[in-house]
Amino acid sequence: MIVPFHHVVLLSSMLFFMGLFCTLARKNLIMILLGVEIMLNAGALAFVGAALRWQQIEGQAIVLFVLAVAATEVSVGLALIVSIYRRTGSVDPEVQLAAVEEGTP
Amino acid sequence: MTLLTILFYGIAILTLASTAMAVTRRNMIHAALYLVLSFFCTALLFYLLGAPFLAAMEIIIYAGAIMVLFLFIIMMIRIDKASAQVFRAGQLVPAIIISMLWLVALTLLVLEQPNAAGSLVAAQASPGEFGFYVFRNHWLSIEIASMLLLVALIAALLLGLGSRGDSPRKPS
Repeated sequence: MIVPFHHVVLLSSMLFFMGLFCTLARKNLIMILLGVEIMLNAGALAFVGAALRWQQIEGQAIVLFVLAVAATEVSVGLALIVSIYRRTGSVDPEVQLAAVEEGTP
Repeated sequence: MTLLTILFYGIAILTLASTAMAVTRRNMIHAALYLVLSFFCTALLFYLLGAPFLAAMEIIIYAGAIMVLFLFIIMMIRIDKASAQVFRAGQLVPAIIISMLWLVALTLLVLEQPNAAGSLVAAQASPGEFGFYVFRNHWLSIEIASMLLLVALIAALLLGLGSRGDSPRKPS
């Protein structure tokens, strides 16, 4: 016996909470993307725990695709952030919002 | 209270602490490095929960490729002045409230499930068996994932080329 399964799920949900907080409350586009990565990692942890709980390897197969999709969206997201930075010189989302409201991006 | 149990709780506390530090740092490089530590701890948790191949993949892909990409971009982007606040003023309290509500709801959901209280029995999925399983049952998903990676490659390339061509200002 390692741990009760709901301890694994609670750990995963606390990590998800931190990732959600990072996405919602940071003033930097890169940190918003970092929060998304934390959330994906927390979900992967829950899947691996579930795979061990029900002794099926399916949960681990899902995590493989979670990793691939995370890599994909990070690369596209960071390319977008670099593009935004080159256009407006800032990665502050409030600056981008002001630029959108003025109609200049 | 076996060794695996003590290891699990210790690594879990280290993961939570390093993720909390990553979320609250003002310096983005510090945040990225704390997150690399968090991913290493998650990889250890994967190994503990019986997924050695996924532990290796987490370190190689997540900590080794994704976070290095983050660090490249952070070093490329120059922040002229450190912003006065780490968190957005109007968003801090609603973010905490919403996230706490979500955490409480999920905790209640988990605790009232009878299935969830089962103890985990230690087992290991050998990489060979894992590979056979994935390639036998999910070969189509693997093909789709590789197409997705190709699309992301083309998208990142086009975004990089396009922004360099259009923008008149240089980040200097």
